[in-house]
Amino acid sequence: MGDLSKGRAWSQMPSQAFKDYRSTQKRAPTQAPVKLDGGWDRSISLSPVWPKTGEHDANLTANGRINGDPIGERIIVEGRILDDKGRPVPNALIEIWQANAAGRYVHREEIHPAPIDPNFLGAGRCISDADGYYRFITIKPGSYPWGNHRNAWRPAHIHFSIFGAGLAQRLVTQMYFPGDPTLPYDPIFNSTTDAAIRNRMVSRFSMEDTVPQWAHCYKFDIVVAGAYATPFEEGHSHG
Amino acid sequence: MADKTLSNAMDINDRGGKHPFEYEDGQRVEASFGVTPSQTVGPFFAYGLTPGAYGYPLKDIHSSNLTGADRGKTTITLEGQVFDGDGASVHDALVEIIQADETGCYADSPRNDGFSGYGRCGTGSNGPAEHGGDTRFSFVTIKPGSTGNGAAPFLTMIVTMRGLLNHCITRVYFEEDDLSSDPVLAQVPENRLHTLVARNVGTGRYRFDIHMQGENETVFFDL
Repeated sequence: MGDLSKGRAWSQMPSQAFKDYRSTQKRAPTQAPVKLDGGWDRSISLSPVWPKTGEHDANLTANGRINGDPIGERIIVEGRILDDKGRPVPNALIEIWQANAAGRYVHREEIHPAPIDPNFLGAGRCISDADGYYRFITIKPGSYPWGNHRNAWRPAHIHFSIFGAGLAQRLVTQMYFPGDPTLPYDPIFNSTTDAAIRNRMVSRFSMEDTVPQWAHCYKFDIVVAGAYATPFEEGHSHG
Repeated sequence: MADKTLSNAMDINDRGGKHPFEYEDGQRVEASFGVTPSQTVGPFFAYGLTPGAYGYPLKDIHSSNLTGADRGKTTITLEGQVFDGDGASVHDALVEIIQADETGCYADSPRNDGFSGYGRCGTGSNGPAEHGGDTRFSFVTIKPGSTGNGAAPFLTMIVTMRGLLNHCITRVYFEEDDLSSDPVLAQVPENRLHTLVARNVGTGRYRFDIHMQGENETVFFDL
C-alpha cells in the first residue's frame, strides 16, 4: 500500500503514447517515470484543504441559471469514491465539466457549431461524504465532433477530476454512458485496451435510483489507488 | 455568420484524414473491479477547474495565488511554460502545485494566515499564443522550507493536458539551495537533475519550464 517502488497501476492505465489519439505524439513523455524507493515526505498522503463548496455547486441545472432551466435531459450522476481495496474515500474533491445537451462546451475556444445554452455552464463540484458518496444533478451531455481523424466523434462523456488523500489518489478521467454507439470508434476511450478495465469508465443506468417524474439516474463508482502511507508512519529514513 | 459556422464545421470534420483504426465492440464485457483508468483532461477544463483566471462565472476553489491575504511575508513568483516535442509551448495545460510553508509545514488543516499550500494555473489563462497569450503558468507563493530528512526545499507539481492520457508528477527545486543530500534527487540520474531545478531570475522570480519530450525532457516520478 505505501510502497513507492510499486508505482502507479500502469497495467490498468492507458499507455501514454497511444498512437490513435494523435495529440499524444508530441506531448506524451518518452522516458519512463522515475521509480522511487521512499524519500518523498508526508505530503505524499496529504489532501489539500478544500474550501466549503457552494449551495448549488453539485447541481449543474441550477449553477448556470440566468433566466430559466437548461435544455436537455436532466439526470442524476452518483456513486462512491473507493480505493483499490473497496474502502470508501471520504473528503475527496470531485469536480466535473461537460458539454451541454447539444454537444457544445462553453469554453471560449470551442468551435463546434452547436448552440450554447445560456442557462448551462456545465461545471460542478462536491466533496465525497464519510462513506465516499457523491451526487450531481446535471444535463445529459451530447456527442460532438473533433479533429483527430475524419468523422471523429467523442462519445457523450462527463470529465471527472478527483483529488483524494495525496498523490496516489489524484485521478483525471471521463465517465461514459451505457450503450453509446460511438464508444467502439473513440480512441480516447479505447486507449485502455482491456475491455473489462475500460468498461469501468462506463456508468450504469439505475432504475432503482431513478426518481419518478423527475430524472434518470446513472451510477458511477470511481476507484483510486490506495493512499501511500506517510513516511513518518513507515519510518522511512533516507537522509 | 452562417458561412463562417459552416466552414468551421467542415474544418473539424475534414482534419485528420481517413479513419485509421477500428476497435472491437467490447461494450458487453462486464467491468472488473479495480482502479478507474485515467483519461486526458482535454482542452476545455478551464471553466470547471480554473474558472476565475479565464473569466468564467464559477467561483474558484483554489487559484494561482497560495499566499492568502496580507501575510506580511516575502512572496515569490514561480513561472514557466510547458513545451511539447516540437518545442512549441502548450496553451492548454493544467499545472498544480503542492508545497510546505517557509518553515516546512504543510497546510493540512485550515490556517489563520490564509496560506493554502495548493494552487492551480492553466497555461491558457490569457489566451492562446496566436491571440497574444504568452502560454505561461505563474504562481504567487512563498518559498518553502525544508520538510526534514535532508530534503532540499521543493514544490510538488502535477501537470496534465490534452494529449496526455495520464497526469505527470514532478518536483521543483531552487538553484540557490544545497541539493546534495536530498533523498529524492539522490534517485534521479545525474544528467537529468537540471530538469528539476528552477532558475532564480531575480527580484523574487523563479523560472521553471517543463519539457514533455526532447533532450531536456523533464523528470517525472512514478507515483
